[in-house]
Amino acid sequence: MKTKVKEEVAEKSSSKKMNGAMMLVEALKEEGVEVIFGYPGGAVLPIYDKLYDAGIKHILTRHEQGGIHAAEGYARISGKPGVCIVTSGPGATNVVTGLTDAMMDSLPLVVFTGQVASGVIGSDAFQEADVIGITMPVTKHSYQVRDVNELPKIIKEAFHIATTGRPGPVLIDIPKDISNAEGIFDYSEEVNISSYQPTTKPNHLQIRKLVEAVSCSKKPVILAGAGVIHARANKELKTYAEQQQIPVVHTLLGLGGMPGDHELYFGMAGMHGCYTANMALYECDLLISIGARFDDRVTGNLKHFAPNAKVAHIDIDPAEIGKNVPTEIPVVGDAREALTALIEENGKPGHTSEWLARLQNYQREYPLTYKRDPQVVKPQRLIEMVHEQTRGDAIITTDVGQHQMWAAQYYGFKNPNRWVTSGGLGTMGFGLPSAIGAQLADEKATVVAILGDGGFQMTSQELTVLAQLKLPIKVIVMNNHSLGMVRQWQEIFYEKRYSHSLIPDQPDMMKLADAYGIKGFKARNEEEASEVLKEALNYDGPVLINVVIPGEEKVYPMVPPGKGNHEMVGVKP
Amino acid sequence: MRRIITSFVNNRSGVLSRITGLFSRRGYNIESITVGHTETPEVSRMTFVVEVEDEGKAEQLIKQLNKQIDVIKVQDITDMPMVARELALIKVMSSPQNRSEITGLIEPFRASIIDVSKDSIVVQVTGKTDKVEALIELLRPYGIKEIARTGTTAFTRGTKQLKKSRHNLLINP
Ligand SMILES: Cc1ncc(C[n+]2csc(CCOP(=O)(O)OP(=O)(O)O)c2C)c(N)n1
Ligand SMILES: [Mg+2]
Repeated sequence: MKTKVKEEVAEKSSSKKMNGAMMLVEALKEEGVEVIFGYPGGAVLPIYDKLYDAGIKHILTRHEQGGIHAAEGYARISGKPGVCIVTSGPGATNVVTGLTDAMMDSLPLVVFTGQVASGVIGSDAFQEADVIGITMPVTKHSYQVRDVNELPKIIKEAFHIATTGRPGPVLIDIPKDISNAEGIFDYSEEVNISSYQPTTKPNHLQIRKLVEAVSCSKKPVILAGAGVIHARANKELKTYAEQQQIPVVHTLLGLGGMPGDHELYFGMAGMHGCYTANMALYECDLLISIGARFDDRVTGNLKHFAPNAKVAHIDIDPAEIGKNVPTEIPVVGDAREALTALIEENGKPGHTSEWLARLQNYQREYPLTYKRDPQVVKPQRLIEMVHEQTRGDAIITTDVGQHQMWAAQYYGFKNPNRWVTSGGLGTMGFGLPSAIGAQLADEKATVVAILGDGGFQMTSQELTVLAQLKLPIKVIVMNNHSLGMVRQWQEIFYEKRYSHSLIPDQPDMMKLADAYGIKGFKARNEEEASEVLKEALNYDGPVLINVVIPGEEKVYPMVPPGKGNHEMVGVKP
Repeated sequence: MRRIITSFVNNRSGVLSRITGLFSRRGYNIESITVGHTETPEVSRMTFVVEVEDEGKAEQLIKQLNKQIDVIKVQDITDMPMVARELALIKVMSSPQNRSEITGLIEPFRASIIDVSKDSIVVQVTGKTDKVEALIELLRPYGIKEIARTGTTAFTRGTKQLKKSRHNLLINP
């Protein structure tokens, strides 16, 4: 009986007999995958054998962590799922950080891990790791393949789950014998998972409630996060804000949703956000959060968060609504669909002119500031120079730390999908590999990787990939010879006891660039930095720029830990 | 507060650990979990009894459960018309002299003696948790050697089918 069914299936034009490894390749082609990031090993040898002449671009990063961060960068810029293939055991454990990062920042990934043969699973076989168990809390979903005939369906489901609803990483663990086993490849069946039907269309009743609330509000504010970027809803966001005259502030990951110079845009909110944005959150009477999840770095002490506001929350993930902040108007749905519905309602705007004037006043009184000093390279000035020389339209990737915050504060993004940073997990070492993926996703874009000297040294091996693929990425190491953000906290909160945060001993960056076959630059003062930047940006190829910045420079303003957003310090120079 | 939550999940390997992992990861205190097949072979029913601080936490738990790809439906049935039962086996020290005394004691609980040995008996009781606990307390003075409890399993009363779509519930939390 079973074989008869199989024969019938085989007769369909779309179904063919092949082994599991080949099925994987065929499935990737069906999904239109342009590039995969990976690293071979024993358990994926059958897959790599099929990849050998599959005609799919494969990027061999020099560490699996680099591979998965590159896939994240690719996903962030292209909006398509990033695909990563690694071997069992150590290959799989090396992608755990990237999976967690993608889970936190809602990036669509499909990650294939090799596994030891089905027959020896559970016997502590060579290079066996319980990858499903290890990654369960850090994946949106995962599969271990038990039968080669299920592989096509599983892959199709994985792509569907990764890219729909709230995007996230999906892992497929493939035992080696499954890769070798023959089965029927049929990719024609539509995905239908009855237990997974994300809501994208917002509830009309809630939309109406929100329209009402806006028209009654004198001090509304929109907090727009990465959900706006993922949903490609930036145009709708701008239209809606203009229609209703509502000021907009961004989360770290939302940057670029509103043009940086728009008159209704009042900057980034949160721990190192600007004073105006935080005061807007503190004083508002209606808070409309769109695709943002009230991370503690945005809210500060929840007791003082938007204390007088009615809260509306638009999110594709119902579990985010009401999780951290009690919400009066919950709107489950896609940010673009919700904004479109709001625009179409064309409700009566509230009287917000006084409120806007108040915020503009804050903006004039308390802009982001720093002391200029051309004798050195002020980190803030450096980012401004990058903005000027790339007209605010480069793809910026970062590691995590002070340099990341300066980049967020001073780059002034004009467009969405230009900002690649690790927000939720705060993963050092993210910047360089994610730049590789970003550049591959947008080959014409200028990609600037703004890195810390600490973070850079966590994944610097990927410089090889830049040279090998001639990716013209401009790598800037903002070298404060310290784990700057740690140093800053130790200076402020631990009586300047710089416990293991100063790293004066570093590789010679010029020689390092040379060793990797990349052009090296160095800058020690503002003028040098400006010239080097110009030269580097005009240079057709990868460059490594070592910019020495003062070690004692701090990121301000700041909401001290445990404080409310209105209690920022370092607001005035 | 104590909540009884039932859910339908795909009957697949890994689902149980996915869900128990979620409970511990998000800091929920599970009192009991029961799992078993339903009338549909590919679907299992899970019943959780959890201790949560407030309704917000209970709601968050339901949403997190719903978010799991293999979870078909979740419901907090604590305040609904429902039947909830658990079964307990209680091994009590007992000599021939006090056996009839114990028999008399357990009778109002509709419990029964299902095994007898030289110096102990096994009492089986089914019912709501408070009934089971009351019986255990009554038997304690005789000396309890072992207790095995299944945890609560439950469903709502009547024939109203649980709605397949869970989204209405989510859109208006
Ligand atoms: C993998 C990892 N380990 C540790 C940390 C904690 N941490 C946060 S910022 C920071 C300092 C980063 O130093 P650097 O990359 O030089 O950046 P800077 O702050 O100096 O700009 C550290 C250690 C982290 N975020 N990620
Ligand atoms: Mg540093």
